[in-house]
Amino acid sequence: MELLSPTAIAKKNALAVQEYAHLSARSIANLFRRPLYLADIIQQADLIGVGSLPIVVLTGTFTGMVLALNTSATLQQFGSLSLTGQLVSVSMVRELGPVLTSLMVAGRNASGMASELGSMQVTEQIDAMRALGTDPYKKLVTPRVTSTVFMMFFLTIISDLVGLVGGYIISFLLLGLDTFQYWNSAYQALKYNDVITGLIKPLFFGFIIATVGCYYGLSTRGGTQGVGRSTTQAVVAASVLILAVDVVLTKLLLSFA
Amino acid sequence: MAASNHLPIDTIHKTIIFDDVAIAFEDQVVLDGISFELKRGETKVLFGVAGSGKSTILKLALGLMKPDRGHIYVLGHDVTTMTEEELFDLRNQVGIVFQESALFDSFTVRENVAFRLMEEKLPEDEIEKRVREALSFVELEHTMDMLPSELSGGMRRRVGIARAIITHPEVLLYDSPTGGLDPITSTTIIELIMKQRDVYKTSALLVTHRLQDGFTLATHRYDPEAKHMVPLDGAVSRDVHTSFLILRDGKVIFDGTAVDLGHIENAYIREYIS
Repeated sequence: MELLSPTAIAKKNALAVQEYAHLSARSIANLFRRPLYLADIIQQADLIGVGSLPIVVLTGTFTGMVLALNTSATLQQFGSLSLTGQLVSVSMVRELGPVLTSLMVAGRNASGMASELGSMQVTEQIDAMRALGTDPYKKLVTPRVTSTVFMMFFLTIISDLVGLVGGYIISFLLLGLDTFQYWNSAYQALKYNDVITGLIKPLFFGFIIATVGCYYGLSTRGGTQGVGRSTTQAVVAASVLILAVDVVLTKLLLSFA
Repeated sequence: MAASNHLPIDTIHKTIIFDDVAIAFEDQVVLDGISFELKRGETKVLFGVAGSGKSTILKLALGLMKPDRGHIYVLGHDVTTMTEEELFDLRNQVGIVFQESALFDSFTVRENVAFRLMEEKLPEDEIEKRVREALSFVELEHTMDMLPSELSGGMRRRVGIARAIITHPEVLLYDSPTGGLDPITSTTIIELIMKQRDVYKTSALLVTHRLQDGFTLATHRYDPEAKHMVPLDGAVSRDVHTSFLILRDGKVIFDGTAVDLGHIENAYIREYIS
């Protein structure tokens, strides 16, 4: 393997950031340019949104269940088992719903985008598209970004809801909590800011998933091995970026509370 | 060189002009001061060993790459100074057949061939008519609903040609259209290129490793009545508007007709064509 000097590594990384920023900016700018590939946006929304529904529902349900189980052990010591719904709802809506949904969607779709666009790149299909007078950013990137951002919003709402249902199942069946008590506590605990925070985050995370997936796909080099490498890198980079941006967003949104 | 910043570009007689073009990938110089012209209606066959920059020339002509130095004029436009957005319009007048066809693998043959027309939002019946016309040109009408993965290598190249010619471009670029194909299929492809040259008078750059492709083009013409190629009377003639360009070490070492090539003294070229 070729060893690179620190300067070469710095240059390579700076170029990657520049190219990623360029792709992100073009994906947004293309929303205001014709043609707008509505059919592609709907197709991608179906693939990303409907296709991710099973994993999002399962992840949300199990997370809600585990939250109820873990918090109940501590709450029971203080005789506050009735607050289980409150803890599950705040945790799910503010943090776990958006983050876990995004990580699941990143695992499924950032990899899918990277491998699909990567395969197109190494088989010259992207060049063919440019040669045929079509902007691949407009045709391939913008529809993916638009539909991922749009669908992440709804997937997170579904994840929050099934998480609360999961917590309820455990609270009702194992902890013996009253149905009204659980849902009332869950509802009362949520503040306007919690809901806003929980619904703003997935928009940013959706943008990260699609742009990172497309970036790694379009920058694929080196045949099928390169496609595999891009796919892995896309999932890792998207996941890390989601968690890092989550910290920044949480801090920012808390300051507006 | 003909193209200069001070002189108007002759687009009446020339479709492509390379003026002192150079490009390097990292430290490796691929093209070093390349200059040539493609006349209207002419087919120029590009020869050279693997890695000599033949395919790069085609990508540069389409603006898919930018040279480090020099100017490239395509249909009167300097593609080296155009933005990607401006290039999309120009590319509608230039067709390209890629080395490995580069068909969209999730689209059917019909969708591949119709891609440009669908992007232009033409009426469905107009698209259908033109797709059939393009596919009948390459004799693959029956493959309309098939996926590229269901086609043989030769059929994929022919679909690539159909996709390139559907908008009746003024210039066609062929990147090794016969590479990796058996001799019979290669001849079929060359016959299609000849048909495009002789029937539609399209200017073309043809990259190939196979000398016989170039010589077949230079020594045959397409007979529309007989619907196949026929040898020219009197071996080689200029009538078929076919010339050769040979690259070596990033430079043009020969640019002329088959007749000129036959009289060349250069030892490398003599060995190359022998």
